[in-house]
Amino acid sequence: MLLPCGDSAFLVELPELSAVVAYYRGLTGFPGDMSIPQGIIDVVPAARTVLVTFDPGLITPAEVRDWLETAQPAAAVVGSGREVRIEVTYGGPDLAETAQYLGLSEAELVRLHTASEWTAAFSGFAPGFVYLVTTHEGLRVPRRNTPRTAVPAGSVGLAGEFSGIYPRSSPGGWQLIGSTTAALWDASKAHPALIRPGDTVRFVEA
Amino acid sequence: MGIVVVNPGPLTLVEDLGRQGWAALGLSPSGALDRQSLRLANALVGNPATAAGLEILLGGLRLRFVTASYVAVAGAEGSVTLNGAEIPLNQAVPVAPGAVLDFAVPLFGLRYYLAVQGGIDAPRLLGSRSTDMLSGEGPAPLASGDHLGIGSDLGGGPELGAGSDLVTGPLAVPAIRRAPDPARAITVRVDRGPRADWFDHDSWRQLVTQGWTLSADSNRIGARLVGRPLKQTRTEDLPSEGMVLGALQVPPSGLPTVFLADHPVTGGYPVIAVVRRADLDVLGQARPGQRIRFVG
Repeated sequence: MLLPCGDSAFLVELPELSAVVAYYRGLTGFPGDMSIPQGIIDVVPAARTVLVTFDPGLITPAEVRDWLETAQPAAAVVGSGREVRIEVTYGGPDLAETAQYLGLSEAELVRLHTASEWTAAFSGFAPGFVYLVTTHEGLRVPRRNTPRTAVPAGSVGLAGEFSGIYPRSSPGGWQLIGSTTAALWDASKAHPALIRPGDTVRFVEA
Repeated sequence: MGIVVVNPGPLTLVEDLGRQGWAALGLSPSGALDRQSLRLANALVGNPATAAGLEILLGGLRLRFVTASYVAVAGAEGSVTLNGAEIPLNQAVPVAPGAVLDFAVPLFGLRYYLAVQGGIDAPRLLGSRSTDMLSGEGPAPLASGDHLGIGSDLGGGPELGAGSDLVTGPLAVPAIRRAPDPARAITVRVDRGPRADWFDHDSWRQLVTQGWTLSADSNRIGARLVGRPLKQTRTEDLPSEGMVLGALQVPPSGLPTVFLADHPVTGGYPVIAVVRRADLDVLGQARPGQRIRFVG
Protein backbone atom coordinates (compact mmCIF):
# COMPACT_ATOMS: atom_id res chain seq x y z
CA MET A 1 0.00 0.00 0.00
CA LEU A 2 1.32 3.41 -1.05
CA LEU A 3 0.75 6.23 1.42
CA PRO A 4 1.19 9.93 0.58
CA CYS A 5 4.04 11.64 2.40
CA GLY A 6 4.20 15.27 1.34
CA ASP A 7 5.34 16.50 -2.06
CA SER A 8 8.55 14.47 -2.39
CA ALA A 9 8.11 11.08 -0.71
CA PHE A 10 5.94 7.97 -0.55
CA LEU A 11 5.60 5.50 2.30
CA VAL A 12 5.08 1.90 1.21
CA GLU A 13 3.29 -0.20 3.82
CA LEU A 14 3.87 -3.95 3.88
CA PRO A 15 2.28 -6.74 5.92
CA GLU A 16 5.39 -7.84 7.84
CA LEU A 17 9.12 -7.38 8.29
CA SER A 18 10.13 -10.25 5.98
CA ALA A 19 8.11 -8.60 3.20
CA VAL A 20 9.92 -5.32 3.91
CA VAL A 21 13.32 -7.00 3.59
CA ALA A 22 12.36 -8.69 0.32
CA TYR A 23 10.78 -5.53 -1.13
CA TYR A 24 13.76 -3.39 -0.08
CA ARG A 25 16.16 -5.83 -1.74
CA GLY A 26 13.95 -5.77 -4.84
CA LEU A 27 13.94 -1.96 -4.96
CA THR A 28 17.63 -1.47 -4.37
CA GLY A 29 18.62 -4.25 -6.76
CA PHE A 30 20.43 -6.03 -3.97
CA PRO A 31 23.36 -6.50 -3.86
CA GLY A 32 24.09 -3.53 -6.15
CA ASP A 33 22.07 -0.38 -6.51
CA MET A 34 21.90 -0.14 -10.28
CA SER A 35 18.13 -0.31 -10.46
CA ILE A 36 17.44 2.90 -8.53
CA PRO A 37 16.16 5.61 -10.89
CA GLN A 38 17.83 9.00 -10.99
CA GLY A 39 16.13 11.45 -8.64
CA ILE A 40 15.51 8.94 -5.85
CA ILE A 41 17.22 10.25 -2.72
CA ASP A 42 16.55 7.79 0.09
CA VAL A 43 15.09 4.30 0.37
CA VAL A 44 14.58 3.68 4.08
CA PRO A 45 13.36 0.30 5.31
CA ALA A 46 11.75 0.04 8.76
CA ALA A 47 9.66 -2.52 10.65
CA ARG A 48 6.59 -2.53 8.35
CA THR A 49 7.37 0.15 5.79
CA VAL A 50 9.79 1.40 3.17
CA LEU A 51 10.07 5.19 2.85
CA VAL A 52 11.13 6.53 -0.55
CA THR A 53 12.09 10.18 -0.94
CA PHE A 54 12.79 11.84 -4.26
CA ASP A 55 13.73 15.12 -5.88
CA PRO A 56 10.65 16.36 -7.79
CA GLY A 57 13.00 18.36 -10.03
CA LEU A 58 14.51 15.14 -11.38
CA ILE A 59 11.66 12.61 -11.27
CA THR A 60 7.88 13.02 -11.16
CA PRO A 61 5.68 11.54 -8.43
CA ALA A 62 3.97 9.41 -11.11
CA GLU A 63 7.31 7.92 -12.20
CA VAL A 64 8.21 7.13 -8.59
CA ARG A 65 4.78 5.56 -8.03
CA ASP A 66 5.23 3.45 -11.15
CA TRP A 67 8.66 2.26 -9.99
CA LEU A 68 7.33 1.38 -6.52
CA GLU A 69 4.28 -0.46 -7.87
CA THR A 70 6.19 -2.56 -10.39
CA ALA A 71 9.16 -3.46 -8.18
CA GLN A 72 9.37 -7.19 -7.55
CA PRO A 73 10.31 -8.45 -4.12
CA ALA A 74 13.66 -10.19 -4.42
CA ALA A 75 13.66 -13.83 -3.35
CA ALA A 76 15.49 -14.12 -0.06
CA VAL A 77 18.23 -16.26 -1.56
CA VAL A 78 20.69 -17.45 1.03
CA GLY A 79 24.19 -16.12 0.52
CA SER A 80 23.30 -14.10 -2.58
CA GLY A 81 24.66 -10.80 -1.41
CA ARG A 82 27.07 -9.12 0.94
CA GLU A 83 27.87 -11.20 3.97
CA VAL A 84 29.48 -9.60 6.99
CA ARG A 85 31.24 -11.74 9.61
CA ILE A 86 31.39 -10.32 13.12
CA GLU A 87 33.81 -11.81 15.65
CA VAL A 88 32.27 -11.79 19.09
CA THR A 89 33.71 -12.44 22.51
CA TYR A 90 30.68 -13.91 24.28
CA GLY A 91 30.20 -13.31 27.98
CA GLY A 92 28.41 -9.97 28.25
CA PRO A 93 26.88 -8.87 31.56
CA ASP A 94 23.46 -10.34 30.63
CA LEU A 95 24.61 -13.63 29.08
CA ALA A 96 23.83 -15.80 32.09
CA GLU A 97 20.47 -14.18 32.82
CA THR A 98 19.42 -14.26 29.15
CA ALA A 99 20.34 -17.94 28.80
CA GLN A 100 18.36 -18.69 31.91
CA TYR A 101 15.33 -16.78 30.58
CA LEU A 102 15.44 -18.82 27.36
CA GLY A 103 15.93 -22.09 29.22
CA LEU A 104 19.30 -22.64 27.57
CA SER A 105 22.83 -23.08 28.82
CA GLU A 106 25.19 -20.22 28.01
CA ALA A 107 26.97 -22.46 25.49
CA GLU A 108 23.65 -23.31 23.81
CA LEU A 109 22.73 -19.65 23.56
CA VAL A 110 26.11 -18.85 21.96
CA ARG A 111 25.69 -21.78 19.57
CA LEU A 112 22.24 -20.57 18.53
CA HIS A 113 23.47 -17.00 18.05
CA THR A 114 26.45 -18.08 15.92
CA ALA A 115 24.59 -20.77 13.95
CA SER A 116 21.80 -18.40 12.92
CA GLU A 117 21.93 -16.46 9.69
CA TRP A 118 20.98 -12.86 10.46
CA THR A 119 19.60 -10.32 8.02
CA ALA A 120 20.13 -6.58 8.43
CA ALA A 121 16.53 -5.37 8.24
CA PHE A 122 16.83 -1.64 8.92
CA SER A 123 18.91 1.05 10.62
CA GLY A 124 17.97 3.43 13.36
CA PHE A 125 18.84 4.63 16.82
CA ALA A 126 22.39 5.71 15.86
CA PRO A 127 24.40 5.81 12.62
CA GLY A 128 25.66 2.30 11.90
CA PHE A 129 23.15 0.56 14.17
CA VAL A 130 21.16 -2.12 12.33
CA TYR A 131 18.31 -4.29 13.53
CA LEU A 132 19.23 -7.90 12.69
CA VAL A 133 16.54 -10.57 12.31
CA THR A 134 16.68 -14.31 11.85
CA THR A 135 14.18 -16.93 10.75
CA HIS A 136 13.68 -18.81 14.02
CA GLU A 137 12.21 -17.44 17.22
CA GLY A 138 14.50 -19.18 19.72
CA LEU A 139 16.27 -15.98 20.80
CA ARG A 140 13.37 -13.65 21.60
CA VAL A 141 13.97 -11.89 24.88
CA PRO A 142 12.45 -8.78 26.50
CA ARG A 143 14.46 -5.62 26.97
CA ARG A 144 15.96 -4.96 30.38
CA ASN A 145 13.51 -3.44 32.87
CA THR A 146 15.92 -0.61 33.53
CA PRO A 147 18.02 0.56 30.57
CA ARG A 148 21.71 1.10 31.20
CA THR A 149 22.84 4.71 31.08
CA ALA A 150 25.98 3.72 29.16
CA VAL A 151 26.37 0.62 26.99
CA PRO A 152 29.97 0.29 25.73
CA ALA A 153 30.64 0.54 21.98
CA GLY A 154 30.84 -2.91 20.35
CA SER A 155 28.34 -4.51 22.74
CA VAL A 156 26.33 -7.28 21.08
CA GLY A 157 22.77 -7.51 22.34
CA LEU A 158 19.36 -9.10 22.00
CA ALA A 159 15.94 -7.45 22.34
CA GLY A 160 12.57 -8.64 21.08
CA GLU A 161 13.06 -10.41 17.75
CA PHE A 162 16.29 -8.51 17.07
CA SER A 163 20.01 -8.77 17.61
CA GLY A 164 22.19 -5.69 17.28
CA ILE A 165 25.60 -4.17 17.90
CA TYR A 166 26.11 -0.78 19.54
CA PRO A 167 28.31 1.29 17.15
CA ARG A 168 29.17 3.75 19.93
CA SER A 169 28.75 4.11 23.65
CA SER A 170 25.16 5.11 24.39
CA PRO A 171 22.28 4.45 26.78
CA GLY A 172 20.45 1.24 25.98
CA GLY A 173 18.11 -1.45 27.23
CA TRP A 174 19.19 -4.50 25.22
CA GLN A 175 20.39 -7.74 26.83
CA LEU A 176 24.17 -7.76 26.35
CA ILE A 177 25.61 -11.19 25.52
CA GLY A 178 29.03 -10.29 24.12
CA SER A 179 31.21 -7.70 22.46
CA THR A 180 33.10 -7.15 19.23
CA THR A 181 36.08 -5.01 18.26
CA ALA A 182 34.66 -4.52 14.74
CA ALA A 183 34.20 -0.85 13.78
CA LEU A 184 30.47 -0.57 12.99
CA TRP A 185 30.78 3.08 11.99
CA ASP A 186 33.95 4.60 10.56
CA ALA A 187 33.36 8.14 9.38
CA SER A 188 36.66 8.20 7.47
CA LYS A 189 35.47 5.51 5.05
CA ALA A 190 33.55 6.07 1.83
CA HIS A 191 30.92 3.63 3.18
CA PRO A 192 31.06 4.36 6.93
CA ALA A 193 28.57 1.66 7.95
CA LEU A 194 30.02 -1.86 8.24
CA ILE A 195 26.54 -3.40 8.01
CA ARG A 196 23.88 -2.01 5.68
CA PRO A 197 20.22 -2.94 5.32
CA GLY A 198 19.91 -6.03 3.12
CA ASP A 199 23.24 -7.53 4.24
CA THR A 200 23.58 -11.00 5.72
CA VAL A 201 25.41 -11.16 9.05
CA ARG A 202 27.10 -14.10 10.72
CA PHE A 203 28.46 -14.04 14.25
CA VAL A 204 31.56 -16.12 14.98
CA GLU A 205 33.27 -16.72 18.31
CA ALA A 206 36.48 -14.73 18.59
CA MET B 1 45.88 31.59 8.96
CA GLY B 2 42.14 31.65 8.71
CA ILE B 3 39.77 32.87 11.39
CA VAL B 4 39.90 32.86 15.20
CA VAL B 5 36.69 32.35 17.18
CA VAL B 6 36.79 34.96 19.96
CA ASN B 7 33.25 34.19 21.17
CA PRO B 8 30.96 31.59 19.59
CA GLY B 9 27.68 33.07 20.90
CA PRO B 10 24.88 30.68 21.96
CA LEU B 11 25.43 28.23 19.09
CA THR B 12 27.42 28.60 15.91
CA LEU B 13 27.79 25.62 13.58
CA VAL B 14 29.56 24.75 10.35
CA GLU B 15 26.86 23.88 7.82
CA ASP B 16 26.63 23.35 4.07
CA LEU B 17 23.71 21.91 2.10
CA GLY B 18 24.00 18.64 4.01
CA ARG B 19 24.41 14.99 3.12
CA GLN B 20 21.38 13.51 1.42
CA GLY B 21 20.81 9.87 0.68
CA TRP B 22 22.18 8.19 3.82
CA ALA B 23 18.97 7.80 5.82
CA ALA B 24 19.07 4.00 5.31
CA LEU B 25 22.28 4.01 7.38
CA GLY B 26 20.64 6.03 10.13
CA LEU B 27 22.08 9.43 9.22
CA SER B 28 19.94 12.56 8.93
CA PRO B 29 20.53 15.03 6.09
CA SER B 30 21.68 17.95 8.28
CA GLY B 31 22.81 21.11 6.52
CA ALA B 32 21.65 24.71 6.85
CA LEU B 33 18.07 25.09 8.10
CA ASP B 34 17.60 28.14 5.87
CA ARG B 35 19.22 26.77 2.74
CA GLN B 36 18.27 29.69 0.54
CA SER B 37 20.14 32.14 2.78
CA LEU B 38 23.31 30.03 2.85
CA ARG B 39 23.13 29.69 -0.93
CA LEU B 40 22.74 33.45 -1.25
CA ALA B 41 25.69 34.18 1.05
CA ASN B 42 27.88 31.69 -0.84
CA ALA B 43 26.87 33.07 -4.22
CA LEU B 44 27.68 36.64 -3.13
CA VAL B 45 31.33 35.77 -2.40
CA GLY B 46 31.67 33.60 -5.51
CA ASN B 47 31.56 30.26 -3.71
CA PRO B 48 29.93 27.17 -5.18
CA ALA B 49 26.56 26.31 -3.66
CA THR B 50 28.11 23.40 -1.78
CA ALA B 51 30.65 25.48 0.20
CA ALA B 52 30.35 25.38 3.98
CA GLY B 53 29.45 28.51 5.93
CA LEU B 54 28.53 29.31 9.51
CA GLU B 55 25.00 29.07 10.89
CA ILE B 56 24.85 31.59 13.72
CA LEU B 57 21.97 31.18 16.16
CA LEU B 58 20.81 34.48 17.68
CA GLY B 59 24.09 36.35 17.09
CA GLY B 60 26.65 36.72 19.85
CA LEU B 61 29.44 35.49 17.57
CA ARG B 62 32.76 37.39 17.44
CA LEU B 63 35.40 36.37 14.88
CA ARG B 64 38.90 37.76 14.28
CA PHE B 65 40.19 37.33 10.74
CA VAL B 66 43.87 36.40 10.46
CA THR B 67 43.69 36.22 6.67
CA ALA B 68 42.15 38.81 4.36
CA SER B 69 38.97 37.60 2.70
CA TYR B 70 35.52 38.52 1.46
CA VAL B 71 32.46 37.71 3.53
CA ALA B 72 28.70 37.93 3.07
CA VAL B 73 25.95 37.65 5.69
CA ALA B 74 22.39 36.55 4.85
CA GLY B 75 19.38 35.10 6.67
CA ALA B 76 18.54 36.82 9.95
CA GLU B 77 18.59 40.62 9.99
CA GLY B 78 20.40 42.55 12.70
CA SER B 79 23.48 44.59 13.37
CA VAL B 80 26.67 43.00 12.05
CA THR B 81 29.78 45.09 12.57
CA LEU B 82 33.29 44.97 11.19
CA ASN B 83 35.73 46.71 13.56
CA GLY B 84 32.71 48.41 15.11
CA ALA B 85 31.21 49.76 11.86
CA GLU B 86 27.97 48.23 10.63
CA ILE B 87 28.24 46.29 7.36
CA PRO B 88 25.43 45.77 4.87
CA LEU B 89 23.74 42.37 4.82
CA ASN B 90 23.25 40.39 1.62
CA GLN B 91 26.36 41.89 0.06
CA ALA B 92 30.02 40.87 -0.31
CA VAL B 93 32.28 42.83 2.05
CA PRO B 94 36.12 42.81 2.05
CA VAL B 95 37.77 41.90 5.35
CA ALA B 96 41.37 42.88 6.21
CA PRO B 97 43.75 40.82 8.36
CA GLY B 98 43.11 41.52 12.05
CA ALA B 99 39.54 42.66 11.47
CA VAL B 100 36.90 41.72 14.05
CA LEU B 101 33.40 40.73 12.94
CA ASP B 102 30.57 40.91 15.50
CA PHE B 103 26.99 39.67 15.28
CA ALA B 104 24.34 41.32 17.48
CA VAL B 105 21.09 39.58 18.40
CA PRO B 106 19.02 39.77 15.20
CA LEU B 107 15.84 41.86 15.05
CA PHE B 108 14.24 39.64 12.41
CA GLY B 109 14.73 35.92 11.99
CA LEU B 110 16.84 33.58 14.13
CA ARG B 111 19.87 32.38 12.17
CA TYR B 112 22.48 34.41 10.32
CA TYR B 113 24.47 32.68 7.59
CA LEU B 114 28.07 33.76 7.06
CA ALA B 115 29.91 32.79 3.89
CA VAL B 116 33.66 33.36 3.58
CA GLN B 117 35.26 33.36 0.16
CA GLY B 118 36.67 29.85 -0.34
CA GLY B 119 34.31 28.33 2.23
CA ILE B 120 34.91 27.20 5.82
CA ASP B 121 37.32 24.28 5.80
CA ALA B 122 36.49 21.22 7.87
CA PRO B 123 36.73 17.46 7.33
CA ARG B 124 33.98 16.02 5.16
CA LEU B 125 31.76 13.13 6.13
CA LEU B 126 29.99 11.54 3.17
CA GLY B 127 30.66 14.60 1.05
CA SER B 128 29.41 17.18 3.55
CA ARG B 129 30.97 19.39 6.23
CA SER B 130 27.68 19.85 8.08
CA THR B 131 27.30 19.39 11.81
CA ASP B 132 24.55 16.95 12.79
CA MET B 133 23.36 17.80 16.30
CA LEU B 134 21.44 14.51 16.65
CA SER B 135 24.23 12.04 15.90
CA GLY B 136 27.12 14.32 16.86
CA GLU B 137 28.73 13.68 13.46
CA GLY B 138 30.46 16.49 11.62
CA PRO B 139 32.41 19.45 13.06
CA ALA B 140 31.83 20.28 16.74
CA PRO B 141 29.97 23.52 17.55
CA LEU B 142 32.36 26.49 17.55
CA ALA B 143 34.15 27.21 20.83
CA SER B 144 36.21 30.20 21.99
CA GLY B 145 39.78 29.96 20.73
CA ASP B 146 38.95 27.70 17.77
CA HIS B 147 40.84 28.35 14.57
CA LEU B 148 38.75 27.97 11.42
CA GLY B 149 40.49 27.25 8.15
CA ILE B 150 39.39 28.93 4.96
CA GLY B 151 38.98 26.48 2.10
CA SER B 152 39.54 26.77 -1.60
CA ASP B 153 35.95 26.11 -2.72
CA LEU B 154 35.91 28.74 -5.39
CA GLY B 155 33.32 29.11 -8.07
CA GLY B 156 33.54 27.17 -11.26
CA GLY B 157 31.01 25.41 -13.42
CA PRO B 158 27.68 24.17 -12.20
CA GLU B 159 27.74 21.80 -9.27
CA LEU B 160 27.04 18.21 -10.15
CA GLY B 161 25.24 17.45 -6.94
CA ALA B 162 22.84 14.75 -5.88
CA GLY B 163 19.74 16.86 -6.40
CA SER B 164 18.40 19.55 -8.67
CA ASP B 165 18.71 22.12 -5.92
CA LEU B 166 22.47 21.69 -6.08
CA VAL B 167 22.68 22.13 -9.83
CA THR B 168 23.36 25.82 -9.70
CA GLY B 169 26.54 27.65 -10.55
CA PRO B 170 27.89 30.47 -8.42
CA LEU B 171 26.65 33.03 -10.92
CA ALA B 172 23.01 32.26 -10.23
CA VAL B 173 22.49 34.49 -7.19
CA PRO B 174 19.35 33.50 -5.27
CA ALA B 175 16.87 36.23 -4.44
CA ILE B 176 16.99 37.96 -1.08
CA ARG B 177 14.09 36.87 1.10
CA ARG B 178 13.42 39.06 4.11
CA ALA B 179 13.71 37.34 7.47
CA PRO B 180 10.35 36.93 9.23
CA ASP B 181 9.16 39.55 11.71
CA PRO B 182 8.97 37.76 15.08
CA ALA B 183 5.83 39.73 15.94
CA ARG B 184 3.91 38.41 12.94
CA ALA B 185 2.65 34.95 12.06
CA ILE B 186 4.49 33.00 9.37
CA THR B 187 2.60 30.86 6.88
CA VAL B 188 3.76 27.36 6.05
CA ARG B 189 2.18 25.06 3.43
CA VAL B 190 1.52 21.42 4.32
CA ASP B 191 0.46 18.29 2.42
CA ARG B 192 -1.17 15.19 3.85
CA GLY B 193 1.16 12.90 5.73
CA PRO B 194 1.11 9.08 5.66
CA ARG B 195 -0.93 8.80 8.87
CA ALA B 196 -3.41 11.65 8.38
CA ASP B 197 -6.16 9.00 8.74
CA TRP B 198 -5.04 8.28 12.31
CA PHE B 199 -6.68 11.56 13.38
CA ASP B 200 -10.29 12.67 13.49
CA HIS B 201 -11.58 14.97 10.77
CA ASP B 202 -11.65 17.88 13.16
CA SER B 203 -7.90 17.52 13.79
CA TRP B 204 -6.95 18.37 10.19
CA ARG B 205 -9.25 21.38 10.27
CA GLN B 206 -7.70 22.38 13.58
CA LEU B 207 -4.20 21.93 12.20
CA VAL B 208 -4.81 24.34 9.34
CA THR B 209 -7.06 26.86 11.08
CA GLN B 210 -5.63 27.46 14.53
CA GLY B 211 -2.60 29.65 15.18
CA TRP B 212 0.31 27.61 16.56
CA THR B 213 3.20 28.96 18.60
CA LEU B 214 6.82 27.85 18.26
CA SER B 215 8.05 26.41 21.56
CA ALA B 216 11.37 27.43 23.13
CA ASP B 217 12.27 23.69 23.16
CA SER B 218 12.77 23.82 19.39
CA ASN B 219 16.16 23.11 17.85
CA ARG B 220 17.74 21.77 14.63
CA ILE B 221 16.13 18.39 15.24
CA GLY B 222 12.58 19.64 15.44
CA ALA B 223 10.34 22.69 15.69
CA ARG B 224 7.94 22.01 18.56
CA LEU B 225 4.52 23.57 18.40
CA VAL B 226 2.18 24.70 21.13
CA GLY B 227 -1.57 25.00 20.58
CA ARG B 228 -4.79 23.06 21.08
CA PRO B 229 -3.84 19.37 20.89
CA LEU B 230 -4.81 17.23 17.89
CA LYS B 231 -6.86 14.10 18.55
CA GLN B 232 -5.67 10.71 17.44
CA THR B 233 -8.45 8.21 16.75
CA ARG B 234 -6.28 5.08 16.68
CA THR B 235 -4.63 3.85 19.82
CA GLU B 236 -2.39 1.00 18.67
CA ASP B 237 1.37 1.44 18.61
CA LEU B 238 2.87 2.46 15.31
CA PRO B 239 5.96 0.39 14.45
CA SER B 240 8.86 2.79 13.79
CA GLU B 241 8.85 4.05 10.21
CA GLY B 242 10.96 6.32 8.03
CA MET B 243 10.51 10.02 8.68
CA VAL B 244 10.87 12.73 6.06
CA LEU B 245 12.26 16.21 6.47
CA GLY B 246 9.30 18.44 7.34
CA ALA B 247 7.17 15.66 8.85
CA LEU B 248 4.66 16.82 11.49
CA GLN B 249 4.96 13.98 13.96
CA VAL B 250 2.26 13.93 16.63
CA PRO B 251 3.09 12.25 19.96
CA PRO B 252 0.35 11.31 22.47
CA SER B 253 0.34 14.90 23.79
CA GLY B 254 -1.31 15.91 20.49
CA LEU B 255 1.24 18.71 19.97
CA PRO B 256 3.15 18.26 16.69
CA THR B 257 6.89 18.50 16.16
CA VAL B 258 8.08 19.47 12.67
CA PHE B 259 11.17 17.44 11.81
CA LEU B 260 14.04 19.68 10.70
CA ALA B 261 17.45 18.92 9.15
CA ASP B 262 18.91 16.88 12.05
CA HIS B 263 15.75 14.81 12.56
CA PRO B 264 15.84 11.11 13.48
CA VAL B 265 15.53 9.00 10.32
CA THR B 266 12.80 6.87 11.87
CA GLY B 267 10.10 7.54 14.42
CA GLY B 268 7.21 5.80 16.12
CA TYR B 269 4.52 8.50 16.21
CA PRO B 270 2.03 9.13 13.40
CA VAL B 271 2.76 11.87 10.85
CA ILE B 272 -0.37 13.88 10.07
CA ALA B 273 1.16 16.27 7.55
CA VAL B 274 4.41 17.22 5.81
CA VAL B 275 5.71 20.76 5.29
CA ARG B 276 6.54 21.71 1.69
CA ARG B 277 10.28 21.73 1.04
CA ALA B 278 10.20 25.35 -0.07
CA ASP B 279 8.68 26.46 3.25
CA LEU B 280 11.23 24.82 5.53
CA ASP B 281 13.61 27.79 5.20
CA VAL B 282 11.20 30.23 6.80
CA LEU B 283 10.52 27.73 9.58
CA GLY B 284 14.29 27.71 10.25
CA GLN B 285 14.05 31.47 10.85
CA ALA B 286 11.01 31.35 13.19
CA ARG B 287 11.75 32.40 16.76
CA PRO B 288 10.46 30.84 19.97
CA GLY B 289 7.06 32.40 20.61
CA GLN B 290 6.48 33.12 16.92
CA ARG B 291 3.02 32.33 15.59
CA ILE B 292 2.79 29.80 12.77
CA ARG B 293 -0.14 29.13 10.45
CA PHE B 294 -0.34 25.98 8.38
CA VAL B 295 -2.09 26.07 5.02
CA GLY B 296 -3.15 22.86 3.34
